[in-house]
Amino acid sequence: MTAVPAPRIEPGKTRHARITGGILIGLAILTAVVFAPDGTGIATFRLSRPTDALVLPNLVVPAVPFIYAAAAVLAFLGARQFLRGGTRWTSLSMGIGLAVAVAAFLVWATTGKAFSLTGMLQATMVRAVPIALGGLAGVLSERVAVVNIAIEGMLLAGAFTGALVGSLLGGMGGLAAAVAIGGLFGFILAALVVTYRMDQIIAGVVINLLVLGLTSYVSSQVFQEYRYLNNAPVFRAVKVPLLGDIPILGPMFFQQNIFVYGALIMVGVATYYLFHTRMGLRARAVGEHPRAADTLGINVYRTRYINVTLAGMVAGFGGAWFTLGSVGRFDEGMTGGRGYIGLAAMIFGRWHPVGALAAALVFGFADSLQQKLALLQTPIPSEFLAMAPYVATIIVVAGLVGRARPPAADGKPYVKE
Amino acid sequence: MTDTSMNDLMKAKMIGRSEIEDLIIVPLFAIVAALILGALTMLATNVDLATIGLSYVALLKGSVGSLSAISETLTAAAPLILAGLGLALGFRAGLFNIGAEGQVLMGGMAAVITGFTFTDLPAAILMPMSLLAGALVGALYASIAGWLRVATGAHEVISTIMLNLIAYRLLDYMLRLPFIQKEGRADPISKSVPDAAELPRLLAFIDPNLRVHAGIFLVLVAVAVVYWLLFRSKLGFEFRASGENPQAARYAGMRSGLIIVLAMASAGALAGLAGANQVLGVLGRATPGFSAGIGFDAIAVALLGRSHPIGVLFAGLLFGALEAGGRQMQVDAGVSIDLIGIIQALIIVFIAAPLLVRAVFPWGFRKGSRQTEGGQ
Repeated sequence: MTAVPAPRIEPGKTRHARITGGILIGLAILTAVVFAPDGTGIATFRLSRPTDALVLPNLVVPAVPFIYAAAAVLAFLGARQFLRGGTRWTSLSMGIGLAVAVAAFLVWATTGKAFSLTGMLQATMVRAVPIALGGLAGVLSERVAVVNIAIEGMLLAGAFTGALVGSLLGGMGGLAAAVAIGGLFGFILAALVVTYRMDQIIAGVVINLLVLGLTSYVSSQVFQEYRYLNNAPVFRAVKVPLLGDIPILGPMFFQQNIFVYGALIMVGVATYYLFHTRMGLRARAVGEHPRAADTLGINVYRTRYINVTLAGMVAGFGGAWFTLGSVGRFDEGMTGGRGYIGLAAMIFGRWHPVGALAAALVFGFADSLQQKLALLQTPIPSEFLAMAPYVATIIVVAGLVGRARPPAADGKPYVKE
Repeated sequence: MTDTSMNDLMKAKMIGRSEIEDLIIVPLFAIVAALILGALTMLATNVDLATIGLSYVALLKGSVGSLSAISETLTAAAPLILAGLGLALGFRAGLFNIGAEGQVLMGGMAAVITGFTFTDLPAAILMPMSLLAGALVGALYASIAGWLRVATGAHEVISTIMLNLIAYRLLDYMLRLPFIQKEGRADPISKSVPDAAELPRLLAFIDPNLRVHAGIFLVLVAVAVVYWLLFRSKLGFEFRASGENPQAARYAGMRSGLIIVLAMASAGALAGLAGANQVLGVLGRATPGFSAGIGFDAIAVALLGRSHPIGVLFAGLLFGALEAGGRQMQVDAGVSIDLIGIIQALIIVFIAAPLLVRAVFPWGFRKGSRQTEGGQ
């Protein structure tokens, strides 16, 4: 939200604001017409479990007034955008509007029932982990101008290796191996695009196909027969003393397993690395203007190799989440497009680690929402709920929630003179 | 993600430094290298040498070893070539469309629905109508991604992947709708296509089990039409021009937005036709995931065929042969068919990185054509 007052509103911005306004008004009508008539009664949201140290009372929301209030807010935001938007607040209005609409939807779905809000937020964080780590891997490689479609394959490779090595050597060994294999595929990607100057998107797609083929082959050729090779221990949740007792936030951030803590720490470290160290400055220079960086004596090729390999290691760690962090066994193609959603999180998060994490939380929310809603038995078919994260990705990538600028040299191979 | 790098690369790929090296030697080495690495993969997973030999013999036998093997190869190749032609068209226009899988699903679904809805019509009308429905719906589904690219700048790689995932869910949902689901079934499966809508089997008079069907004529027509469209028509010229240099195309007065949507739509129409070809010629109905990865394999086919209709035809035949042979390999040698996926991926690696092939097989190329290596 850079508040630069433009002297004259550009037509493109006006159109964008009009579209935003139109969508918000549409949401308002949807909320008022579809949700409100059904929503008689009250919705109960549980904020804590009875066993928690600090027990909060349940949040009780009367459905009809809340939904009409939400519709009114949406209509106000939409009308404001439609009539005089375009200067600022467009993205913010859209964000607030979507949040209000989701809240109204939740109240409608919960009416007459009880729903554990804390449980859902906890699941949101868990489901955000692979997406956040995928997004972080994307940030690290795109900051040095290497488009990394291969994140999906790196996640899958990490999941597979985590299960295989974890079954043999235990959880920590599996985790280390997953990180190493992710780094290996990062290195292969760097070699293909930097040294052999293969098209970056094709290289990524090929790595994805290769990993999918290799892991599916081994899992049907070997795991079917030797089941003990695909039976890894799972990292349990560890509660952080004191911090874990904070209501709502405690279960979300401090009663989780090693992957959640790892993701949070990595986001912090990556932010420090990219924006506060000499190496990070060099990496960003390579992404923005490789020729200039080269002239100043930065080794462009080596910087790209290092950062893309690091990105692979991060993605490998994220991949291990699928096996060591949740079910302990590998299934063919179990990443299910999370790597691509991670890329969308990176774009949504404006090529910034913290932004990618925040965006991943939004996707994690959509993901856990569809899971929990299946329990509430809404009239919406479960297939449509399952589409929610993908539709959210398209909306985000289409820039309805704000545009961002990629690193200037993103996707371009660099040929040293 | 910018377009220029992709276009530079596609240009380099399509024109090539030396036609023969690029069109014959590189693919040949790629296939050999991929087969060798595939054998190493089998060795690594504890398959003994005799079985590896047996599996490659089975691969050959199952793809071209008999009339039924050839029939299977052609059957497997037909949808790959159709969808591959669509992707090639997109590549020529500078669009990297990964959404063929979803377009295949949607197109196939439309063909099935048309087929069992208008059962009273004669075959001469119903079959073309079902095919057309498949092409139309595939085109519409693909143009969503094209429109998103034009209107908002969303990169088609991500939006088409998401549309694929959405298509899977949509298919699961539709297969349970009362008017689509087969009567008396609880699992998601569509009603069967009536005989009048089916693509007739060509060799049924020799053996009713030979599955090759009239879809192969459709493929030949599609190859010719795409060739004409790309190289003989004004629209195709605009596709290629905006693929090679979008700015120059715009300055020349071409409407870039319209071209992108039209290119995506034609690509989707071909992918939808591939889906229709599957349900009307082979499967006879729709089930969850009936596309079986055709849309993804077609990417490989288009890359291998260098985005040229004739190249796509041969690449599709190769991949169809690998597919048919792979099934035989699984039966004869007990090696999982997923190995074929590895070999296919490796072939594309070597095709898309000619520098890599030159580094691995330096003796196969004239020294002068060797580009400066990009190493450190």
